[in-house]
Amino acid sequence: MSTDNNKKEPLFSPKNIKLLTSPVNMNNPITVQVLGICSALAVTVKLKPAFVMAVSVIAVVALSNLVVSLLRNTIPNRIRIIVQLTIIALLVILVDQVLKAFVYDVSKQLSVFVGLIITNCIVMGRLEAFAMANKPWQSFLDGIGNGAGYAIILIIVAFFRELLGSGTLWGYQVVPDAFIELGYRHNGMMILPPMALIVIGVIIWVQRSRNKDLIEQ
Amino acid sequence: MKALRKILDNIKPHVQPGGKFAKFHSTFDAFETFLFVPNTVTHKGSHIRDAIDLKRTMSVVVMALIPALLFGMYNVGYQHFLAIGEQATFWQTFFFGFWKVLPIVVVSYVSGLGVEFIFAQIRHHEVNEGFLVSGMLIPLVMPADVPLWMVAVATIFAVIIGKEVFGGTGMNILNPALLARAFLFFAYPQSMSGDKVWVSIGQGHVVDGFSGATPLGEALVGNIAGMHEKWSFMDMFLGFIPGSVGETSTLAILLGALLLLATGIGSWRIMLSVVLGGLTMGYIFNAFAGVFPQNAYLQLSPFEHLVLGGFAFGAIFMATDPVTAAQTNRGKWIYGFLIGVMAILIRVANPAYPEGMMLAILLLNVFAPLIDHYVVEGNISRREKRARLAGNNQ
Repeated sequence: MSTDNNKKEPLFSPKNIKLLTSPVNMNNPITVQVLGICSALAVTVKLKPAFVMAVSVIAVVALSNLVVSLLRNTIPNRIRIIVQLTIIALLVILVDQVLKAFVYDVSKQLSVFVGLIITNCIVMGRLEAFAMANKPWQSFLDGIGNGAGYAIILIIVAFFRELLGSGTLWGYQVVPDAFIELGYRHNGMMILPPMALIVIGVIIWVQRSRNKDLIEQ
Repeated sequence: MKALRKILDNIKPHVQPGGKFAKFHSTFDAFETFLFVPNTVTHKGSHIRDAIDLKRTMSVVVMALIPALLFGMYNVGYQHFLAIGEQATFWQTFFFGFWKVLPIVVVSYVSGLGVEFIFAQIRHHEVNEGFLVSGMLIPLVMPADVPLWMVAVATIFAVIIGKEVFGGTGMNILNPALLARAFLFFAYPQSMSGDKVWVSIGQGHVVDGFSGATPLGEALVGNIAGMHEKWSFMDMFLGFIPGSVGETSTLAILLGALLLLATGIGSWRIMLSVVLGGLTMGYIFNAFAGVFPQNAYLQLSPFEHLVLGGFAFGAIFMATDPVTAAQTNRGKWIYGFLIGVMAILIRVANPAYPEGMMLAILLLNVFAPLIDHYVVEGNISRREKRARLAGNNQ
């Protein structure tokens, strides 16, 4: 019966599209669910590592969601966490190796934080909340959506931190030297982790004042 | 005065709800209540009314800051002419500092009040007068040569992140003026610390052997003897030392303290306990001066700790901020004492931050609600115990 339903439903039905778009805004893993904050603080000093980190997390969440969803009927319930962790660890090691092979310098900057994707609450949370109960395609889309929701916040935070903290974007200088001669100085606090927290706080503030539904009573 | 009242009465109908400029109601209201005591009367029931409201309270604190401000202006000029080795009359000295400090005061007020007015308009609140004091405190904790745009950025940051996000005046966890300073301290350390920023050189050339270091800066590099040779204890107490604009003169600060204490606006418990905490820690460190000769701060006498850096200014004007301090009497003793202890601890044990007072007060601001909570809980359990005992005896 379920296969019948599957055939009727197109690959990008409105429901499936919603799986992709909802985590980017209304159900954002960082600003609404407040998950994965630690890595958002640690890797957002510069845009480039933040982007690489974001892509890595998208890959890990999407693929682990897919794999776990495929195995969901065979994983014994009592040891499901261990199985999930093994799958995540496998994917994280793969991602780490790929980064080391192709973008070695960024991989060095990210240091332990790639390995720490294993402990990223977003990955585990999506496996438990979604992949264990849904079909592979939907799970894959949900993984992409949540990864993208994480990615977009990471990139916004890194954009402001790199622009105001170092005067560069993606490593290229954007604040002209003339500004420095006029007395402009880069904001050293932007490089420190507390400022990432404040930038995320401001994003949450802006998001909630635009979507009144998100404001808790 | 009558003419002013007339102008306000003419404008009033336009800014009432339904009027042409109803949007600016809160702005108008702020100016009206600033200029005149509101003539609203209580309509229902009986209330006890005090003549002192938030605006009058704030005005008293601003008045208490005037001695420190005036002396700060003079000292900026004094340090300048000392550095370039020129003789100057009293008024030349004062006006050099006046023109250095006045722009900082103006920038601080304009940017801070600008943010306050914008938020009041958006939220349809009345404009709060909380910034009147912060706006005066901010220039007093800045070096005289601080770039004005940095003052503006720090003020806007402090008012928005320190105050408005928590709900405005009276709701803030951290002291906004200290937050502005902490922001600059971490964001632009090259303009807020070191030997180069404290004395305003201007166009002149410095004399040979000039060093712009503050007494604490001299002590940091182990030059205690040189420091004592250059400044006597009296210099430090009167404030003829390099430093932030308003913090150098303990005497001027004490004059302000007298006014705060006489009017009952500043808490004597906090002031006294901060000083006690500082002295206690100072004596403890001083006792170990022989054990760690490499840390010169240990050789400072406890009383020198009190007159150096921002200790006195913080104790009188920052720690006593009624919003961010502990509210209970017992809590105030603990809060103040810990500020004193932490300030000297940070200053001595972590030479990277000679300005321990700022960090100590911010830290205890965060802990103040917790201290109050345990004081109140402790009181409840003591009274319960007493009630139970009384019950058993019957």
